[in-house]
Amino acid sequence: MSDLNQKNTSRRAFLKGSAATAIGVAGTAAAGQTPDPLITEVQDWASYTGVGVDETPYGMPISFESDVVRRNVEWLTASPISSINFTPIHALEGTITPQGCAFERHHSGAIELRKEDYRLMINGLVDRPLVFTYEDLERLPRENHVYFCECAANTGMEWAGAQLNGVQFTHGMIHNMEYTGVPLRTLLKEAGADLSADKWVYVEGADASSNGRSIPMEKALDDVLVAFKANGEALRMEHGYPVRLVVPGWEGNMWVKWMRRIEITDTAVESREETSKYTDVLEDGTARKWTWVMDAKSVITSPSPQSPIKHGSGPLVVSGLAWSGHGKITRVDVSRDGGVSWETARLGKQGDSKALTRFYYDMDWDGSDMLLQARAMDDTGYVQPTKDQLREIRGENSVYHNNCIQTWYVNAEGIAENVEIS
Amino acid sequence: MSKSLNILLPALGGTAIVLALAITMANRNYGGSKIEMLEDRLSTVETRAETADAKAKEQSVRADELAQKVQDVQAKAELVAAGATLAEPAPRNDDIYGLGRTALDVEIIAWDVDVLPGGRGLPEGRGDATWGEEVFVERCAACHGDFAEGVDNWPVLAGGFDTLGDKDPVKTVGSYWPHLSTAWDYINRSMPFGEAGTLTPDETYAIVAYILYSNDLVDDDFELSHENFAAYEMYNKNGFILDDRADTEYPLWRTEPCMENCKSDVKITMRASVVDVTPDEEGSASSAMMTEDHSSAVTTTPEVTPTFDAALVAAGEKVFKKCAACHQIGEGAKNRSGPQLNAIVGRTMGSADGFKYSRVLKEALEEGRVWDAEALAAFLEKPKSYLKGTKMAFAGLKSGQDIAAIVEYLKLFDE
Repeated sequence: MSDLNQKNTSRRAFLKGSAATAIGVAGTAAAGQTPDPLITEVQDWASYTGVGVDETPYGMPISFESDVVRRNVEWLTASPISSINFTPIHALEGTITPQGCAFERHHSGAIELRKEDYRLMINGLVDRPLVFTYEDLERLPRENHVYFCECAANTGMEWAGAQLNGVQFTHGMIHNMEYTGVPLRTLLKEAGADLSADKWVYVEGADASSNGRSIPMEKALDDVLVAFKANGEALRMEHGYPVRLVVPGWEGNMWVKWMRRIEITDTAVESREETSKYTDVLEDGTARKWTWVMDAKSVITSPSPQSPIKHGSGPLVVSGLAWSGHGKITRVDVSRDGGVSWETARLGKQGDSKALTRFYYDMDWDGSDMLLQARAMDDTGYVQPTKDQLREIRGENSVYHNNCIQTWYVNAEGIAENVEIS
Repeated sequence: MSKSLNILLPALGGTAIVLALAITMANRNYGGSKIEMLEDRLSTVETRAETADAKAKEQSVRADELAQKVQDVQAKAELVAAGATLAEPAPRNDDIYGLGRTALDVEIIAWDVDVLPGGRGLPEGRGDATWGEEVFVERCAACHGDFAEGVDNWPVLAGGFDTLGDKDPVKTVGSYWPHLSTAWDYINRSMPFGEAGTLTPDETYAIVAYILYSNDLVDDDFELSHENFAAYEMYNKNGFILDDRADTEYPLWRTEPCMENCKSDVKITMRASVVDVTPDEEGSASSAMMTEDHSSAVTTTPEVTPTFDAALVAAGEKVFKKCAACHQIGEGAKNRSGPQLNAIVGRTMGSADGFKYSRVLKEALEEGRVWDAEALAAFLEKPKSYLKGTKMAFAGLKSGQDIAAIVEYLKLFDE
């Protein structure tokens, strides 16, 4: 198990090197033999002045954090204009995703739509077909909620087996933000919409892809938000500025960006994105449709292939994320031995419904190999399944809704790798 | 209820005193007129008593409400003490706010173009597969291939029948899509990629007919129209079931999970490092940490030298969005469904390495024709008349200003 035999990329070589250096320095300091010049000598930053205010009117992360960025897997799609990239969850902590590194998914590219040019139409089975401006939306009672948004294809490449060596790539089609917006039901009532349970709310975007999804009335009246702020500021262009739909707990494709139209219909539109895409082919070739809810899922974000253990044996913080489209995360278990035995992890904070929950497993690592796994439970009692359990029911033809337990193999050097186990 | 009684009693007591007084006065034998007057007064008093009674009731209701509020506040205080929050949903108002204005019919017609299963919402029109092939080759084939087979990673639209049960199912319009309306709706609204919304209804009917033909589902003389649309049944129309996870999965996995000795043997069966499809991380921990100098930010936009008209370049950059669906430019630009455009101004026509050019551009290469600013401007105005047979599906730029701007922008990338 310790024979990794992996490609000796510069990154990995460097990481091995830095692990050794770190241990060396720590050991020396502990022995107190060589004084640390960072302490004994006056450093430039402690002597010269720093940068004045207004250097960057809108601040960016310090340059040392330049690797904490979204990344794309080029071979996945034909063009970056109709593509997806991944949130660097290996390098983030807590639960809120900063907008600037929250994954993007466009079908015809991100568009620049000014608030002044923004119009939202409601038509179809309504008493009063209406057009709202952005300012109109700001005059309706609003709410704040933290929700995760996960692409249905998150972890999709892993159906066939361990593919991508990094939690950013295996699980990074997710972000978690605090949204400010108007409940969709407020707009529906404003237009005198037919609110009976057999009706559908079709929502469409203003970009060239005109992405549209049909939402059953029950969900539309429940917790769907028409959002115009995220994490306290305007939505980013790539997330649908100025207005996007937030469909808590349901697949990201339904969170229509640059939202321009709401139509009340008596049937699902069966648009391209709800028939040819975002449907799940089972083993016998039939496909599930309208699989909207994202089931409970968790993953260890560190250690992971992009975030190896650099400090050697001793105290180790295993940190990860858990979430469920059905409600709250109630418990996360961690296994060090590939699922033979499990221990319950500590939740960073009691989970919000349909939002990311951070969990920690604080351990004393003895430096031996580990097969690290996490397993989430939600308040419906649902336990995150293994890949084999999923395959037993669905086969291997599917792409979407892979919420399987992920395994990282961590070797004695602290290097982690994406593996599949028996 | 005890509170409301307390409030009510004084009012009733008052009424009783007034009534008693009236009766006493009548007994002392005053004149008939006085009796009348007293009767009047009595009725007034009774009315007043009723009013007082109603008021008392009103007050009691108010008292109830206040009591309820006190209870609510106390309950909330208890919740807060227990760690809950005071968050409340936005008010569920049964009245409306009266915001927004009426949508005009002409506006609804402009935006409400979706087509429902069975063809509801279709405009009138028609087109056959033979004409559809011509339109398809011109407008769609650059990405989807002449036979709808898909170029590079662009979607395959034809074939794939009997693959849905395979591990890598080929999900095409023919093999997978359950409703023909989806194809019409999507092509009409979202295609061609980078030129959405430019097809006429007839062209859309013809393209859909051709896609069915390329799937061997109809003959080449098949004409699709608003009249026969609803009658067409898709190959995979019965291939879908509703989400059944609640029956097939949740009962299995809503159980108390195993904690000890959950399996006997664990072996690694597959490793991502062997598959080796993970992208190299530019700017990853290694490269960022190993770079000595962090002060200079990386710029991706090329430097603008004074010989360029900056305003024109900025305008050109915006116009280039129309090209970006098919063409890349700048550092690391690659051929997509169109060739990469670095150093295009002054480049020999048909000379991008590895790009499969049309016949007319291969000939231009042999003749040594060069893309100077003039040739580019003429081509961009009417691509298909300047180079008859070019694969470029783009219809052309109408505005002379846009053409000047984009040529100026392209000049920047001289490598």
